This record gives sequence, structure tokens and C-alpha cells, in this order.
Amino acid sequence: MTIATLTRPWEAMSYGFLDASAKRELRRKMLKAIAVPGCQMPYASREVPMARGWGTGGLQVTLTLLKPSSVVKVIDQGADDSVNAASIRSFLSKVSGARETWDTTEATLIQSRHRIPEERLRADQVLILQVPNPEPLRPVEPNMSVARQMHADADYGRLWLILYEQIVRSGRVMQGAAYPSLVNGRHVMTPSPIPRWDVPKLHMAQHLTFLSAGREKRLYAVPPFTRVEPLVFSDVPYQVEDHAALTCHRSGMTGYFMNEIPQEDGSSAFELSDSHLGIKAIRQAEGAAVKIGPTWYENGKMPQ
Amino acid sequence: MIASPTLTLQAPQLMTTPPLLTMTGVSRRYGDVVALQDLSATVYPGEVLGIVGESGSGKSTLLRMMNLEDTPDAGDYRLALPDLPGNLFDLDRFARRMLCATRIGIVYQNPHLGLLMKHTSSGNVAERLLIAGERSFAALRGRAREALDASEFPLDRMDARPIELSGGMQQRVQLAKAIALEPALLLLDEPTTGLDVSVQALVLDTLKRLQRDRAITMVIVSHDLGVIRTMADRVMVMRRGRVVEQGLADQIFQDPQHAYTQQLVHAKL
Repeated sequence: MTIATLTRPWEAMSYGFLDASAKRELRRKMLKAIAVPGCQMPYASREVPMARGWGTGGLQVTLTLLKPSSVVKVIDQGADDSVNAASIRSFLSKVSGARETWDTTEATLIQSRHRIPEERLRADQVLILQVPNPEPLRPVEPNMSVARQMHADADYGRLWLILYEQIVRSGRVMQGAAYPSLVNGRHVMTPSPIPRWDVPKLHMAQHLTFLSAGREKRLYAVPPFTRVEPLVFSDVPYQVEDHAALTCHRSGMTGYFMNEIPQEDGSSAFELSDSHLGIKAIRQAEGAAVKIGPTWYENGKMPQ
Repeated sequence: MIASPTLTLQAPQLMTTPPLLTMTGVSRRYGDVVALQDLSATVYPGEVLGIVGESGSGKSTLLRMMNLEDTPDAGDYRLALPDLPGNLFDLDRFARRMLCATRIGIVYQNPHLGLLMKHTSSGNVAERLLIAGERSFAALRGRAREALDASEFPLDRMDARPIELSGGMQQRVQLAKAIALEPALLLLDEPTTGLDVSVQALVLDTLKRLQRDRAITMVIVSHDLGVIRTMADRVMVMRRGRVVEQGLADQIFQDPQHAYTQQLVHAKL
């Protein structure tokens, strides 16, 4: 008997890039995060071949969830074709053999930054959000040990102070992204830099959402059918961005979240932020057999 | 003059009402330093208790105990309020925080301790209300304005950050924050130290007016006998963590019994 017969043949890297112990660590923390919705779980964040701050947290969660039959979609600012999204997607398929896609309805794993796709996610899909700063209390409590204690006590009064001062200063809530939201009536989380438009999509959703910050080494989750309520004053209702009436100048779609494109004459044109939804709409208009899945927003309104 | 037979004489209020605050046998050591030694204190509803003593006599430690910021080695602390039975030192962190936020107001000597310097003044007051569970913007705004008005803060500056304000104004914001929830007990830790004499007089004036209008029970700590003489009904003199003498303010200042008190009063006069 030789050592060679007892050991596995040499491989350049383990399946899914991360070694087994790293994946076990992540899996444990992900299970914990699901068990306590919205609670930040510290985890041993590993090095991945990407700089911190470019989505290393999300990438580690995706790598842990990958299997050969997975179909991965990666979005950056709503687009599938940006450099960061394209390279993360090709890396994921290279280390796992998973199929790449741009189509939301086809994907099983969706890693995203800034946006949740406009098409409704199903129970068999997992959304992974990259989070730069997981701590909602940071603007009001610079000391992170105290902030952790405040989470333990559900001492969230000061978060309303942020909103109070925005209304005092500007006449309305100015929090554009990472709007603090109460998960399952217990923990306040910052839902990564998604716009206000996307926060209601997390409320009682069918899909599982992981939010992971690689640099800060924290991950948390919103399990399916969990309440996610943005913090509001009782007399100032939550408002999403005023995009319901805007029309995409390329696809002609109306009632979704738009990117503003400044024009030479000083005016602005708008185009769908979820770029692949726009592509689908254009193809459909050209007569191709493309199916657009049901969307969260209908006619610019989120059905209650 | 002879009282008419129909008039029934009433005992002074201090003799009939039970004390609001009772502290018994409180001791606290920091390493070898004895900060408080078997100290007992009572405060009656509506009165102002002044605590005087030299630096290091334990008066600030005592105030921190009253605000439940520190736990003693031994001792008992009770407030005669509904649904607050038992020793308050035994409360858990959560209950302490709620109690401090809703029933006890405090004004620190250093405004940096009591205020969020980078938030607006009205926001500082609103924070107190938020902790107590107020979630209506209009109500927050209104009540913050009311509290700032009661502490005679200029309302056109209510959305300025405390860091941009003068020392006297900062103390007024602290005071507004402390009285926003109409606490049963107001603690003042050297509220006018570091202010110039004219501003000091104005702040004391406000405190006096508040005391008269709302009959707030106050405990005021100061090394400045002038402040204590202006404010306090009753005075407690502390030295090396013990109470050396206590009594009515006039009595202490006119006829001090203990050698240390005599020294203190004479040093002032």
C-alpha cells in the first residue's frame, strides 16, 4: 500500500474554490443566520481572488452554495454585463461547472449589488446580496461593542433619530439606499445598498436572501416568508422612489426602477436599471419568443 | 394671633409624605479608594436636595448611582413610584435603561456626556422620546419644541447642532432633554460649573422657574455654595464618601455644626 492509493489525486483547487473547512464555517453561519432572521453573524471571512469591497462577502456565500447543476446570475448596479459582474460570473462557473445566465427566471443563485431583480423570485431561488457596511447603527453609535449591545436590547430608538433629522433638514426622508428595516419584528438590518424601491420585495418573499459583508466579516439572512418592515414614523409613510411614471427610452417599459441618463441638452433620459428585463422587453417587441416572468411591481405599484 | 377654631392645622408636607428616593447603606470602592462609605440619603417629593463637598468627596459617584450608571458594592436604592418595587440596583440592564430614560433626567457638567454633539438640538430631545417609544414625527417635533421652550432655549436655533452652541445653551439642551418625559427625579451634576457668572444666573433662573412650575424633585450636586444656597431646600455635606452633616439649607449655612462644614461655609464667606 502506498500513500498515493490512500489519498485523493492532486487538484489545483477544491470544488468551488473555497476549501472544505471554509465552506463548513460559512454553512454553519448561514444556518445560524437563517435561524435568527436579520441578526448579524460574525464569520471567518476568507481571502478570495478579489479585493475586499468588491463583493467578497457575497462571493463566499455563493461559492458555498454552488453545485454543478446551479445556474448563476450576477448583477452589478442592475446590469449583467458590467466588468465586475461578468468576471464574478465567469469565476463562479469556472470553479464549479455551474451554468451562467443573464435571465432572472432561469437562475438558481443570484448574486447582486445595489438591486433586486424586477422579476419575482421563486422559492427555489436564492438571492445573495453583497453588503459594504452591515451595521445599521453605525451612524448613531460609533462604538461597535455598544452597537452590539443595542442590538441585543433591541434598542433601536436612535435609528428614528436619523430619519427625524432628515425630515427636519430636507422635509422628507432622504435615506436613498440601505434603508434600515426591521426583520421578523426583532432585528434591524441594513438591506445593503439596494434602493428604497427594492426593500418591499424582501417582505414576505418566497425566496431566501443572504446578505454578506466580506470585509466586515458579518452575514445575515432573510428567510422565506419573513416580515421585513422599513422603519417609519407613524405619521410619515414609507415612500419608494418616484419612478412609477418613468418610461425606459430604449425598451419602452414603464413602472420600474430607472437609471437616469443625462443628455447633452441638459434634460435626462431614463432606462431600466434591471438591464436584462429591458433586453427581454426589446426582444419580445421584435417578435422573439421571450417570456418575461411576473414582476414584483405591477403598473409601478407594489401589490399589498 | 389666634387661629380660628375651624382652621385645622396641617403638618408640614415633609412630615406627611413618604420620601421619593431612599438610599440606604450604599458603599462603593474603586480599588483602594473608598468613594462612598455606608451612605444613606432620602429625597422628598418636590424638594431640592443640594449635595456639597470638596472634589473627591464622592458626590458625583453618588449621583451616578442615583442615575443607575454604576452599581455599588452594597446598598439599597428605592424610588417610591408605582410598579417599581424592590432594590433598583437589582434591575437588569434593560429595565435600568427604561427607568433612566423615562423616570430620571440628568444634566451633566460636561455636555459631551449628555448630548449627541453631531445631531440637532431638537433631535437630542427627540431621542429621549424615541427611547420611550414615541413614533409620530409631529408629536416628536411638538414635544421637543415644548421641552426646549420650557428650558428657555431660543426656538429659532432648535435645529442647530449642540457643538455650534454656547455652553449655556448646551446646558439648556441637556435640561430640555432631561425634562422632556417629565421625570420624577431630576439630577443635576454641577450644571453651571464652567459658565460665566451672568449665564450661570440665567440657567439657575430657569431651573428655579421649572422647579416652581412643575414641582420637580431635584438633586443638585455642586462645589459652589452660591448655587446650592440659591437652589436647595435641604443640604447634605459630604466628605470622604460620608455624609458629615445634613439639614435645611438656612440651618447649614447660618449655623454649621460640623467642623468641616464650618470651614466650608467660612471659606465661601
